[in-house]
Amino acid sequence: MVHLILFLVFGAVCVAGAINLILQTHPIQSALSLIVVMASLAAEYLLLGAEFVAAVQVIVYAGAIMVLFVFVIMLLNAGTEEVTHGSKIAEFIGLPSLLLLGVLMVWAVTHHSTTSVAAGSLYGDPKTIGRLLFNQYLLPFEVTSILILIAIMGAVVLAGRPEMSNIQADTPRKDA
Amino acid sequence: MVPLSYYLVLSAFLFACGVAGFLLKRNIITIFMSIELMLNGVNLSFVAFAAQWGNLSGQIFVFFVMVVAAAEAAVGLAIIIAVYRTRDTLNVDRVNLLKL
Repeated sequence: MVHLILFLVFGAVCVAGAINLILQTHPIQSALSLIVVMASLAAEYLLLGAEFVAAVQVIVYAGAIMVLFVFVIMLLNAGTEEVTHGSKIAEFIGLPSLLLLGVLMVWAVTHHSTTSVAAGSLYGDPKTIGRLLFNQYLLPFEVTSILILIAIMGAVVLAGRPEMSNIQADTPRKDA
Repeated sequence: MVPLSYYLVLSAFLFACGVAGFLLKRNIITIFMSIELMLNGVNLSFVAFAAQWGNLSGQIFVFFVMVVAAAEAAVGLAIIIAVYRTRDTLNVDRVNLLKL
């Protein structure tokens, strides 16, 4: 019973944050609502017994990735979103079909699964996860390090300052 | 005991919010945050199914999804900076070089 109440409380916070992310027009406010969503999702993971995933969710998602987002928003001095109108098709077909999809998903999920998840039935503590990660999933784990390396190089190449030799010395650059 | 369907409904709602944000928002950074929201929704179903079937592989997959999300965030934000440098805007409607 306590678990159900906790699930509903954090789920409500999660839903509110997700809706707020869409409704806000300033990117920094959207970023802060996304942090709320991620923090409450970490609580949901704890309810499911996934301790390691909950900790990583807070450290990596709510910590590292969102700091990156907020940093870029500040760096580019992103202001309030300017309103430009998309196609009418999006409003008249896209949104109703999104609603239909949502109703269908809820119907399918609630009518075809009657099982319950016992809280804490599966214990995902760092020790167990680490054993699994370094035995059964060792190769994928090592491959992710290459992925990260490529991502670092890509980020440096893309965000780095363009070659100064390509630019005439007498034309002052805006971002210099 | 929380029914599994509750977790799946919450996960589906987060994913739908991400899709809606992706389609409706015009700021490229907010669009990127909607993608992160979708990834989070999927992660929740991974963990819920892991608890349902008593198999920790679901939690390992969440770990890999997070790694990919971190790499994606780094590269994506670098692309956003490059776009802002060349186009001087964050509005995706103004980045229309490939549009007919």
